[in-house]
Amino acid sequence: MCGIVGLLVKNPAWRDRLGELMVPMLIGMSSRGPDSAGLAVFSEPVPNPQHKLSLYSGSAGVDWSQLLERLAAAVEYQHHLTAIANHAVLTTVADPQTVVDWLTANTPAVHVLSVGRSIDLYKDTGAPAAIAERYSFNRLRGTHLVGHTRMATESAVTPAHAHPFTAGHDFCLVHNGSLSNPHLVRRKLEPLGIRFVTDNDTEAACRFFEWRMREGDDLVTAVHRGFEELDGFFTFLMGTDEELLVVRDWFACKPAVVAETDDYVAIASEFRSLAHLPGIKHASVFEPKPAEVYSWRV
Amino acid sequence: MASVKAGGAHSASREDTAAVEFDLAQTPLREVNRFLHRDARSKGVSRVRILNPDGAHSIACGLTSAFDIEIYGHVGYYVGGMNQHASITVHGNAGPGAGENMMSGTIRIDGFASMGAGASAHGGCLIIHGDASLRCGISLKGGDIVVGGSVGSFSAFMAQAGRIVICGDASDALGDSLYEAVIYLRGKVRSLGADARFEPMQPADLASVTELLDVAGFKHDPKEFQRIASAKSLYHWNADANQEY
Repeated sequence: MCGIVGLLVKNPAWRDRLGELMVPMLIGMSSRGPDSAGLAVFSEPVPNPQHKLSLYSGSAGVDWSQLLERLAAAVEYQHHLTAIANHAVLTTVADPQTVVDWLTANTPAVHVLSVGRSIDLYKDTGAPAAIAERYSFNRLRGTHLVGHTRMATESAVTPAHAHPFTAGHDFCLVHNGSLSNPHLVRRKLEPLGIRFVTDNDTEAACRFFEWRMREGDDLVTAVHRGFEELDGFFTFLMGTDEELLVVRDWFACKPAVVAETDDYVAIASEFRSLAHLPGIKHASVFEPKPAEVYSWRV
Repeated sequence: MASVKAGGAHSASREDTAAVEFDLAQTPLREVNRFLHRDARSKGVSRVRILNPDGAHSIACGLTSAFDIEIYGHVGYYVGGMNQHASITVHGNAGPGAGENMMSGTIRIDGFASMGAGASAHGGCLIIHGDASLRCGISLKGGDIVVGGSVGSFSAFMAQAGRIVICGDASDALGDSLYEAVIYLRGKVRSLGADARFEPMQPADLASVTELLDVAGFKHDPKEFQRIASAKSLYHWNADANQEY
């Protein structure tokens, strides 16, 4: 069991309230996912040629300012870093892959959670309410976000195994369900040079879709290919810098409900995570049909 | 307390007592269910209104008395599960497992019902005004289900006894591996499940559809419905079938 939540605000005036609206959604799914939680928030992109990386140091206690100094000495571009607890957002004009490679080689305690121009990503182990508090989720601003509460059934409970998973730039995925052939998918992708960070089933789906998009598919087409390749149960919720997308498998074993108004579209595993939203009594509420792709653009 | 209209057709003759109201935004669900199970009868309360359910699970589950319960808003999993005798109306949508394993009484959902509505119901009547999602009436054991809208795939899977009336369409594998339950379908079906087949409507079938539409309050011509029942070819193991059904 797990909980998924997603929110896209159509009304620009609501972008400042994105986190505040989302926190009760996430906490509402605590009983479906009490062991870990996370969310990805998409906001105005940083100006070209900047990129931003969400970094996580676990319990290692990294000295972020020292890390920034070492990075600046090694990779001679402008970098900026904002840290909250064991999480930081690094903005850089350097090639992001160069920065990722340097971090991987030189700061083993630091994990890169996401790369892109719009995405910031937070995930950790613990109760969703505690994680929301730890990273001040209520202050998040942006156009849309993708969140998850996890009850692990198939791989370890660690921050790396928490959702959302990311691959490439400005793309993330959360999953309620379990895949039965993630290793098969992985054996197809690894010879293409695609590296995995965990043994988690969801990571295989995430990297599969991102690979398809790099090969030229749009996300909806990639998801349709996923029906051929991915075996198992799933409700997937995905975010890119432009779009929020939800899809359920043919058997629709895992729940999902959508509420849409003129101001927002909100998605959750269960209605109880949507009940607090403004205007919910007049929202159009429906369940995504099995194997149909629902997508909303910013 | 303003008087409240009784929810289901089965409750029309109930004594007109004042309703007790609970607001789930103020009162914990456990307190409401405890009242229904322990205190309501001794206090002579048979009518209960529940406000702001906000998707809560297991509202009014396992009741054994003839309550009239009206719930205003959307409910979560298992509303009215295992119900006996009570008449429960949800003025909203229902989450998975509405009326699961109900034994008797009436449950009415004004909106849509999520997956597994009326699963393994032994008796009573579940009325869904909107659509029912996948696996509606799975393993039905004698209850009646009337769906005003359409049903999702695998509805009535392995249904053993009881009747399902579908006023809209049905998705894939309707009535797969049916036993003695009977389905009446007004719209189209995307595919029938293994061993399910259309059969001619007999006078008894028309009477069943008329009765159930009347209970639900749905205005359709019973002659528009088709009967789907088991061909009973799966009742006995056929070694020559080579697992192809």
